[in-house]
Amino acid sequence: MSSDNETRPAASADDRPGAIKAVPVRHPGRWVAIAIIAVLVAMLVHLLLTNKAFDWDFVFQAMNQQPVINGFLKGTLLVTVLSMVVGVVGGVILAVMRLSDNPILSGVAWVFTWFFRAIPRYILLFTMGTLGILFKDIGGLNIGVPFDWKIIEWLGLSGDWRFLNLDPNQIFTGMIAGVIGLGLSEAAYMAEIARAGILSVDKGQAEAAQALGMSSGKVMRRVVLPQAMRVIVPPTGNETIAMLKDTSLLLAVPVLGELFYQLQSIGSTYYKTFPIAVAATLYYLAATSVLMVGQYFLERHFGRGFGTQAPRAARPAGAGGA
Amino acid sequence: MTAAAAAEPAEPLAQPLVHAVNVTKSFHHNEVLKGIDLDVDRGQVVCLLGPSGSGKTTFLRCINQLETIDGGRIWVDGDLMGYVDRDGKLYRLKNKEIAAQRREIGMVFQRFNLFPHKTAIENVAEAPIQVRGESRKPARARAQELLDRVGLGDRCTSYPAQLSGGQQQRVAIARALAMQPKLMLFDEPTSALDPELVGEVLAVMRELAEDGMTMIVVTHEMEFAREVADTVVFMDGGVVVESGPPRDVLGNPQHQRTKTFLTRLRSAHEHP
Repeated sequence: MSSDNETRPAASADDRPGAIKAVPVRHPGRWVAIAIIAVLVAMLVHLLLTNKAFDWDFVFQAMNQQPVINGFLKGTLLVTVLSMVVGVVGGVILAVMRLSDNPILSGVAWVFTWFFRAIPRYILLFTMGTLGILFKDIGGLNIGVPFDWKIIEWLGLSGDWRFLNLDPNQIFTGMIAGVIGLGLSEAAYMAEIARAGILSVDKGQAEAAQALGMSSGKVMRRVVLPQAMRVIVPPTGNETIAMLKDTSLLLAVPVLGELFYQLQSIGSTYYKTFPIAVAATLYYLAATSVLMVGQYFLERHFGRGFGTQAPRAARPAGAGGA
Repeated sequence: MTAAAAAEPAEPLAQPLVHAVNVTKSFHHNEVLKGIDLDVDRGQVVCLLGPSGSGKTTFLRCINQLETIDGGRIWVDGDLMGYVDRDGKLYRLKNKEIAAQRREIGMVFQRFNLFPHKTAIENVAEAPIQVRGESRKPARARAQELLDRVGLGDRCTSYPAQLSGGQQQRVAIARALAMQPKLMLFDEPTSALDPELVGEVLAVMRELAEDGMTMIVVTHEMEFAREVADTVVFMDGGVVVESGPPRDVLGNPQHQRTKTFLTRLRSAHEHP
């Protein structure tokens, strides 16, 4: 360092180089790209505004029909939320089972994942809608001790050991069947996502929690899972968006109060199919955009303490949320 | 417990806080601990020294059962760790009971292992709230006191990622102290730190020792061992080579392995 200073030519303060004002690198390619894209966008706008086949009035009218709005709110949004709740809760439970020391639990989780990942959702939903046949001739879905009549006969008693009787016509039809089917299928995928998240947490975290005397359940709930969420949330956002779109498969159950079915029935009444497709697209675009905003906030919440930004450092003591 | 103690002659009545006898541990047929004996009296500071791979960290982890031992016995404050002895037959404790035993023992890790999604004060208050069921307010007040004590009272709301390594390790010490342990285990607490941050952590540990905390410290900090330890234990190849007051073991080592290790450590310190 000192030798550097010595060899540098002695110069007055005015000669020392100051702020850099250089000519930036030109990017002619960008201007070409802008020109091409501008033309393409103009073509698209031209198409959207002038082509009569869009029939925008009809599109918005169709979107405004009460059955369609109901189909969107219940068939699309509500079913997405319920299926994802079943899927996420089920998936986390399956992942914890899969990673447990208990070989039975881990095996069961594996079989569940294998089975429900193997079935296409459309076929699963179709099957859910037909399962009622299993219980048609035996007076409904009875839950109780298996082979109870045989055991009772063997013990010389009478009566039955069935505690809960469910009506298959309520469970294996409509939205309930749809939510169960989509939820179980989702749980299988979420199980893998949650497992990856749990495995991504450093082993030292669980050890530190154990060393403080936490039970294994607490270690998982308080320390491992909150950190795993950081890894789990982004793919779960993907899954939610996919689920939103998969609600259109509810038709297989069948669920008639579903968005696209309702739109299609309007379309077939008025012999207009293309505007119906546009209307459905607009609904799904809107819903997906809202979900992406939600995902942003979830990621920010579970990313706290990671990364370099310090949004909460300035908070007063005691205000830090758990 | 009293019946178990009576049935076990190796367990004297006026016991040391930590009483380890013939502890062995293997990983995949590789015997890491080959019969370790160690007694630590209340209020004593014991430093475990030795080359890497000598088994010191493993032994420390065995004391609070992050590793299960294959042979021997470890008692902490009269409690047999990990097992209960009924008429000479050992029964493995349930996870819940092992967790209860760990509450009495604080541990500080080489890599801090603070919970990154919680602020400093949340890290410290977590175990009292979640494990001992204390209510939020007193637990946080105590956490604040402990952070003051390690000199970080003003960094309560910082996340671990916003703290330096030395600060993180001091929070980790406060977190362990929050459970009011009888015994503190330190696993190379300064090895992951930049040299200029080592001092602040050692200062906190020194104060802790002066306050009468029983401590077992795995370390390479010779000066700390010399000044703070009551006993220095030199381990190599899974056995205790020699142990005694620091002035004997460090000043006048009897075994060739100890001498070689100390010479190597000194030259490493002089020419880092």
